[in-house]
Amino acid sequence: MKQIAVISGKGGTGKTVVTASFAVLAQNKVMVDCDVDAADLHLLLNPAVRERHEFRSGQTAVLDKKLCNKCGKCIPVCRFGGIKADCTIERFSCEGCALCTHICPFGAIHMEESIAGEWFISDTRYGPFVHAKLGIAEENSGKLVAKIRQVAEGLAKRQALDYMIIDGPPGIGCPVIASLSGIDSALIITEPTISGLHDARRVIEVAKHFNIPVKLAVNKYDLNPAMTKEIEAFCKENDIPVAGKIPFDKAVVKALVEGKTIIEYAHSIAGSEIKKIWEAIK
Amino acid sequence: MINMIISIASGKGGTGKTTVAVNLALSLENVQLLDCDVEEPNVHLFLKPRIREENKAYIAIPEVDEAKCIYCGRCREVCAYHAIAVLPASEGKKGSVLVFSHLCHGCGACSLFCPQGAIKEVNKEIGVIEIGEKGDMQFVQGRLNIGEAMSPPLIRQVKKYINPARTVIIDSPPGTSCPVITAVKGSDFCVLVTEPTPFGLNDLILAVEVLRKLQIPFGAVINRSDIGDGKVEGYCKQEGIPILMQIPFSREIAVSYSEGIPIIKKDVSYQDKFINLYLNICGIKNETNSSY
Repeated sequence: MKQIAVISGKGGTGKTVVTASFAVLAQNKVMVDCDVDAADLHLLLNPAVRERHEFRSGQTAVLDKKLCNKCGKCIPVCRFGGIKADCTIERFSCEGCALCTHICPFGAIHMEESIAGEWFISDTRYGPFVHAKLGIAEENSGKLVAKIRQVAEGLAKRQALDYMIIDGPPGIGCPVIASLSGIDSALIITEPTISGLHDARRVIEVAKHFNIPVKLAVNKYDLNPAMTKEIEAFCKENDIPVAGKIPFDKAVVKALVEGKTIIEYAHSIAGSEIKKIWEAIK
Repeated sequence: MINMIISIASGKGGTGKTTVAVNLALSLENVQLLDCDVEEPNVHLFLKPRIREENKAYIAIPEVDEAKCIYCGRCREVCAYHAIAVLPASEGKKGSVLVFSHLCHGCGACSLFCPQGAIKEVNKEIGVIEIGEKGDMQFVQGRLNIGEAMSPPLIRQVKKYINPARTVIIDSPPGTSCPVITAVKGSDFCVLVTEPTPFGLNDLILAVEVLRKLQIPFGAVINRSDIGDGKVEGYCKQEGIPILMQIPFSREIAVSYSEGIPIIKKDVSYQDKFINLYLNICGIKNETNSSY
């Protein structure tokens, strides 16, 4: 089974539009949405949820006001600004280290397990789909990513699937690293902008750091042909194959508004190029 | 008017946070601009600031002095992140302590509770903070090291440079989880930049829930407002979310963005529009203040 992740560094370059198209083009696969804190792939795959699970991860400090005598010992030891001047807990700053529970002379603080989100196994018109929803203002997105990848891997093994296709998060931090670890290859989607190239370079370095082979595709390449050339030159210099160049195509947004992938929506120039990209990476 | 901290955020990436942050900052006076999207900092590409100071950013991770350690395992007990393993001594063999630095959040519990005083904290570099200016504007950005998973400690360190004598504009990372919370926390107002597509709407709703939980007043900027559909606008009206500004799609804006040129440098009429965005924010802040 081959695991392919679609990532970008910069957000909004077209990861989900491309990944959703792969759902149509790839056979015998499981789709996974690892952008757990702003998941969008479900909007195009329209999943029927078959299994729903709570994701419990990490702990949060909880204060028992009756036991607290406001001595304030907990305040300076918390490095996350998790305790306010009146000794109450600032829930969204708490990183769950539990140091305050050990330091409190009155045993007034205890830890409670947080429900950090939910994950789902769903059916779609293009086969199984594993996805998740991180709780609002929750942390541990990397662990939730690791969890759904593990679930998808089990499912792929049981059903003898050929591919796991991952819609990755933007950035280079914890959920991206969790999306990349142990996969077979990554496809970088970028755009011909100064920030698109800057961010792609950083995420390519991350992939290299973890020894993941990468290919790159430029979305809306014709918006700035000179910048596209610069990106291609960068790829050539760094031995990164360019899997394709998708033209700016208004049909992409029209398809999106109708909740369809560009491949299903109409015969389009963007769709044809995405087909070529799939052939290049599959 | 007291100087505000205004953060620019969005659930979805690529909606135009940096565009709004940079152009708003360039349109106002007495501004400090902070790039807290430390995983992919982009403000500098548009602002082209003069960086005059570069400081390494660290988190404190434990280092065990095995000459003092008695392998009692207290550090392992208090570490909530399973970042320390202790193998006790047995049958004449020396014990050992392993630190998994990538799991460490730098809370300091292990060194605080070690009964032998055998753990000291050492700095592990996680990124850099660059400080500079563009004209009169002050600029600070964080840049996370490649392969480093945790951005919130770096974001917190960037925010230590906040200058209360200025209007502070914070460019946030995308998403709805810890990096965003860390970036927007403590803001007086948050501008959510979105686009009128199903993805834009879905992620806007998530971002709105975050800000309501954090109790930060906010409004929306709809970028590329004439693509897609009217559902984002409909949602904002229904939820009573003020629409602070709409920016129609223009190939000219897209191209100047791609070259790293702020809109207001190409089309000066945008300066008034961004000043207007700021005045809208002030108006909303005044209303909420007077309603208490």
